[in-house]
Amino acid sequence: MTKNFIKPLTGASAVSEAMRQIDPDVVAAYPITPQTEIVMKFSQFVNDGKVNTEFVPVESEHSAMSACVGASAAGARAMTATASAGLALMWEILYVAASNRLPIVMPVVNRALSAPINIHCDHSDTMGARDSGWIQIYCESAQEAYDNVIAAVRIAEHEKILLPVMVCQDGFITSHAMERVDILEDEKVKKFAGELKLPFPLLDTDNPVTYGPLDLFDYYFEHKRQQSEAISHVFEVTDSIYKEFEKISGRKYNRVETYKIKDAETAIVALNSTIGTAKDVVDALREKGEKVGLLFPRMFRPFPAEEIAEKLSGLSAVAVLDRSETFSGTGGPMLADIKSALYEKESRPTILKYIYGLGGREINPAQIEQVFSDLKEVKKGKKVEQVVYLGVRE
Amino acid sequence: MKLNIKEFPKIPERLGSGHRLCSGCGAPIVAKMVLMGTKDPVVVTNATGCLEVATTIFPYTAWKTPFIHSAFENSASTAAGVEAAYQSLKRQGKIKREIKILAIGGDGGTYDIGLQALSGALERGHDFVYLCYDNGAYMNTGVQRSGSTPRGSSTTTSPAGEAVPGKQQFPKDLTAICAAHKIPYVAQGAISNWKDLITKASKAFAVKGPAVLNVLSPCPPGWKHADDLAVEISDIAVNSKIWPLYEIENGQWRITYKPRDKKIRPVEDWIKMQGRFRHLTKKENHHIIEEIQQWADENWDRLERMEKATSSEGGSE
Amino acid sequence: MSEKGWKELEIGGRITEAGNAAKYKTGDWRTFLPDVDREKCINCLQCYLYCPDMAIEAKADGTLGKIDLDYCKGCGICSNICPVKCIEMKKEEK
Ligand SMILES: Cc1ncc(C[n+]2csc(CCOP(=O)(O)OP(=O)(O)O)c2C)c(N)n1
Ligand code: SF4
Ligand code: SF4
Ligand code: SF4
Ligand SMILES: [Mg+2]
Repeated sequence: MTKNFIKPLTGASAVSEAMRQIDPDVVAAYPITPQTEIVMKFSQFVNDGKVNTEFVPVESEHSAMSACVGASAAGARAMTATASAGLALMWEILYVAASNRLPIVMPVVNRALSAPINIHCDHSDTMGARDSGWIQIYCESAQEAYDNVIAAVRIAEHEKILLPVMVCQDGFITSHAMERVDILEDEKVKKFAGELKLPFPLLDTDNPVTYGPLDLFDYYFEHKRQQSEAISHVFEVTDSIYKEFEKISGRKYNRVETYKIKDAETAIVALNSTIGTAKDVVDALREKGEKVGLLFPRMFRPFPAEEIAEKLSGLSAVAVLDRSETFSGTGGPMLADIKSALYEKESRPTILKYIYGLGGREINPAQIEQVFSDLKEVKKGKKVEQVVYLGVRE
Repeated sequence: MKLNIKEFPKIPERLGSGHRLCSGCGAPIVAKMVLMGTKDPVVVTNATGCLEVATTIFPYTAWKTPFIHSAFENSASTAAGVEAAYQSLKRQGKIKREIKILAIGGDGGTYDIGLQALSGALERGHDFVYLCYDNGAYMNTGVQRSGSTPRGSSTTTSPAGEAVPGKQQFPKDLTAICAAHKIPYVAQGAISNWKDLITKASKAFAVKGPAVLNVLSPCPPGWKHADDLAVEISDIAVNSKIWPLYEIENGQWRITYKPRDKKIRPVEDWIKMQGRFRHLTKKENHHIIEEIQQWADENWDRLERMEKATSSEGGSE
Repeated sequence: MSEKGWKELEIGGRITEAGNAAKYKTGDWRTFLPDVDREKCINCLQCYLYCPDMAIEAKADGTLGKIDLDYCKGCGICSNICPVKCIEMKKEEK
């Protein structure tokens, strides 16, 4: 397996392939639908001797993240993967990982949170973790998930960043659907990922370091300010790493992806697999001469507000599709960020608010078409104030 | 194993001065004695609690050995991660030297909130030592009851009140729970018996795989005793059999110290030294002292039965 | 230690100076002071072993060294456990 090759893979197996090639020093993980395939495939790689990884089959996701914290602080490249309740159980330690500046990479397969318990896709799990200090990258397809897990290692470990990264894909829709995935040569990935060199590893016992002290009102704020500083470098670092990745893969990634938005009058903003569904609708509407487009904030944390505002400000109406609720009474989480991004702009599009797809509720081309037709009405002057729950039964 | 106190100053000091644990706290004595059990470099993980908080107040650390605190319930899983990193990097030839890993937690971080992470780490067989310094309550947050708090003890969440005279339950048997994982080494120790404790620590560090040490850790403000009593109170706990010294080595139970004759004390002597039990001296509560005595005696009998049942023909030392 | 700004601090709250708590003097917590009668001392080093504040030195030759009053909190443990009772806790004049 040393050549580039195209292979039919699910989103979950594509990610486990990426993990095999990265060959992290430590993987600590716990199974949860729909992430399970990642852990199972990776365990097979471990037991077939395909990786050097020390695999820690922990007793919970809380311990998965805790072990990653220990391993990363010790000086190892550490990874885990999770979904939904698993991410929720990690919550406390997500903050510990980010605040201790540990470059852990974690593929997340998006799934709804309980209750009622539901195994299907929505984004309430990672949206809830959006302010934990982790970088968040969202992926439309298995290929994107594979590529971005590899790129994420470099972003996380960059000396100016040293922050953990989540790479998100949609549960079942992406994680369990077969797709043709272009897998890079093992050596290429190995070389791209490079040797890990973390500052102050615990295992350098000649230079003892203390991690995680009690930090009171006299220093805590300074340490938070440092985290904000690291976040401010994420865009420049990501851009350069995406460029480097393009050289080895021929595939180009942007923090903000757009589709036919240049001359568009209206557009939809959405994440992950919904973008794929919407592309076909855009193509069909464009055939009919309608000026429609799409915007996909691939990087959601940090939020590329300026760039998004730049791209949307000239439009006449924009629909923001959130696959999770905030229960703020004002719409979904992405909506709030998009709105505030546009606040500084003199010309601003009218914004329509949608919540859709909760608990895996299907989003189909007809619904996307409906959104574009709503946008058309708004462009003509119709007023819509309320949040629209797309696809829910009254 | 022969211990010579004169050799101890040659072992690098891992926990130094300038920490802010209370005057007369047992926890640093426990930690320093356990760390005397190895000459190899040690990486320490520590759960949230008095020992962690008071030794690492930014920008100061009293630790002279690599140290990490992550959260309250995950000292064992953090250590599991450190150990996995060590195994991986060693296998890849990136680390050569022998390094030991010590996970520390208070009784709250061990008996209660961290029990699952500890159980998981023991079952998976990581090569590390887990130390519980057991002061029988959540001291750092102001003396709340834990799964280790003795029956009858007054804490801020099991106060001695008009209707309920302190904590109603007996403590859970953490040492036996750990032994039930069938790991190579589990032991209970006390600072009063330093040779016994440091010998146990050396064994714990020496075995391949997980080892657990549960060590009594007096707390002057929590137990309400004078600052100079940590050692004496441990000694009476041991001689009253409320805190027996024993080990389980590869499944063999062995009581490592058996108080005899004049040494044996009633648990009442131990109880009377501590303000947390003061209400038990009232007549109407005296039955609780008797129950504690009975509990201690039964526990001791069970230990002796276990010792007999698991002893090999070859006999122990 | 003057309080550093965020640009000067090591990231992630790491403390890279091992044992620098030694700069924090806990000796002023003390109201009683251990006073050793060196004549009576048998150099058993128990006090060194038991001091919770690592304030009692043991010399390389195995004899008792100084008691560092910068850190001694005056708990009296050393005095209590000394087998020949040669440490007396005395009220400290401040
Ligand atoms: C998840 C979580 N719950 C509660 C706390 C608050 N807390 C911090 S330390 C502590 C008690 C520690 O007790 P123990 O482990 O016995 O250590 P001790 O302080 O007695 O040495 C508690 C309740 C916390 N830090 N994290
Ligand atoms: S409260 Fe108890 S355990 Fe905590 S520092 Fe004080 S004496 Fe030690
Ligand atoms: S305990 Fe007493 S006899 Fe022993 S060294 Fe200390 S002062 Fe000397
Ligand atoms: S009084 Fe306490 S702190 Fe001071 S030297 Fe003796 S044991 Fe150490
Ligand atoms: Mg406690």
